[in-house]
Amino acid sequence: MTSQEKKQLQITACKVRMGIIESTHAAKCGHPGGSLSAADLFTYLYFKELRIDPKNPRWDDRDRFVLSKGHTAPGLYSALALRGFFPVEDLLTLRKVGSYLQGHPNMNSVPGVDMSTGSLGQGISCACGMALAARLKKQDVRVYALLGDGEIQEGQVWEACMFASHYKLDNLCIFIDNNGLQIDGDIAKVMSPYPIDEKLAAFGFHVETIDGHDFDAIEAAVNTAKTVKGRPSAIVMKTIKGKGVSFMENQAGWHGVAPNDEQYAQAMAELKQTLGELEGM
Amino acid sequence: MADVKKMATREGYGRGLVALGAEHGDVVVLDADLAGSTKTGMFAKAYPGRHFNCGIAEADMMCVAAGLAASGLTPFASSFAMFASGRAYEQIRNSIGYPHLNVKIGASHGGMSVGEDGASHQCCEDFALMRSIPGMVVICPADAVEAEAATKAVYEYQGPVYLRMGRLAVPVFHEEGFIFRIGKGEILREGTDIAIIANGLMVYEAMKAGEQLEAMGIHARIVNMSTIKPLDEELVLKCAQECGRIITCEEHSVIGGLGEAVCSYLSETYPTPVRRIGVDDQFGFSGPAAEVLKAFGLSAEHIVEVTKDFLK
Repeated sequence: MTSQEKKQLQITACKVRMGIIESTHAAKCGHPGGSLSAADLFTYLYFKELRIDPKNPRWDDRDRFVLSKGHTAPGLYSALALRGFFPVEDLLTLRKVGSYLQGHPNMNSVPGVDMSTGSLGQGISCACGMALAARLKKQDVRVYALLGDGEIQEGQVWEACMFASHYKLDNLCIFIDNNGLQIDGDIAKVMSPYPIDEKLAAFGFHVETIDGHDFDAIEAAVNTAKTVKGRPSAIVMKTIKGKGVSFMENQAGWHGVAPNDEQYAQAMAELKQTLGELEGM
Repeated sequence: MADVKKMATREGYGRGLVALGAEHGDVVVLDADLAGSTKTGMFAKAYPGRHFNCGIAEADMMCVAAGLAASGLTPFASSFAMFASGRAYEQIRNSIGYPHLNVKIGASHGGMSVGEDGASHQCCEDFALMRSIPGMVVICPADAVEAEAATKAVYEYQGPVYLRMGRLAVPVFHEEGFIFRIGKGEILREGTDIAIIANGLMVYEAMKAGEQLEAMGIHARIVNMSTIKPLDEELVLKCAQECGRIITCEEHSVIGGLGEAVCSYLSETYPTPVRRIGVDDQFGFSGPAAEVLKAFGLSAEHIVEVTKDFLK
């Protein structure tokens, strides 16, 4: 990508992060930490990669994205809103009675959400089903799924990995958001899933490990995955939980807690400064 | 009753799938290493490109089915009732039920009649589990012809369905060409002294009981209530109004199944004395199916005894 494109993605990612902070602050709950760590991926997929049409969210030939770590819905919603699937101001209704923006994604209420998720470990299997369906329907469709690094402690994830590999689902590409933290703390201490890359490789995946905040690296890995034939791809993204908001970075405590008014003001000030710097460049 | 042809309902399911496969290219069948037993193997033989073995991984299978349905295909996912409804309950609840996806769960080997495999495989809780999921249709056909017809009918219906079949060969009493209507019970014998409402293999037992009761001068109405949810409330009410007493019979726990569905409905609309024949909050044990069924009172003889006692 050109440096101009990259800068534009960085600007958008900053706006996605602002949406995460604004929506979770308005909801007084939600999951900012893992939404922020995946904000760059959401941005890359929805603003650069996915073949989608915000005016026709159910277009049958679209690429699919399954947010297997469904609790980071604020990040997905923010990207979808900015991409034009629904009004950005609706982000402030997150988790409120009557809102279509449920605490975890609902495919029947949110335009652009391809699968209802929230119970960890299930989205990757659904993505396998979508990848298989695309093959059966002879569609040139790519299916992406994002999993948390804590999520892969779920046994079903490995059932799905066997399935993807066994049926050679080369139109499937999964991302692991390896921010290193889950609710109860360091993933290596709670129940280590490491070595993630070697496990996925042993299950038959083409695996790459990248910096999940580097758009060039994301693009290169996604493009390489498209050339891999006969097996699924996995991209392990080294990320920072809470990325972009100084006091949230690398803090497990920000997994499922919303910022209060003071923290909100500080977070927004930081993001606005980042945005100003990017736009001024 | 004269000897009749016997066939397992799972066999009817397999036939139904093959028939659907010929007509509908969107039908895809998944299994979890039990294709020979669930009879999806019949579909695999006919349409190998549309049958996918998921291995012994029921949780994954249910969500793969959800993904296929989300992409517009019509998946039938099969395993034993225990593992389909039990092991994968939460996958069905969250990835199929909540998004109301068009997945058909074909569960075989339900109930006590699994026999020798014993309690670990004798699933008598599946109606309860599946009924409690909003929007889920729950069906348990009485014979192989009805199972085949039900398999075809659930394809025509948009939304999640749990279809429970049995391992044991049971008498076939429906005529070939029978058309299944979801949510509609079937009166098999007229009578107004009592109504015996059954499903699954208990329907034939109820029919036998009906004959024996007739010989004693008791005119029992026998009803096949193969759809447990949505319940044919109109027919249940009619039975209550015209017969005054109801016995329910099912190869399932008395907790959460057909009996409870009938009681729940009647207690709020038309309170009527009901007795429930089913598994009385117990686990099963190994043994030939007929002996195990008898031990749990899942027999025509027991239905006759309960009826006589009820009408005293």
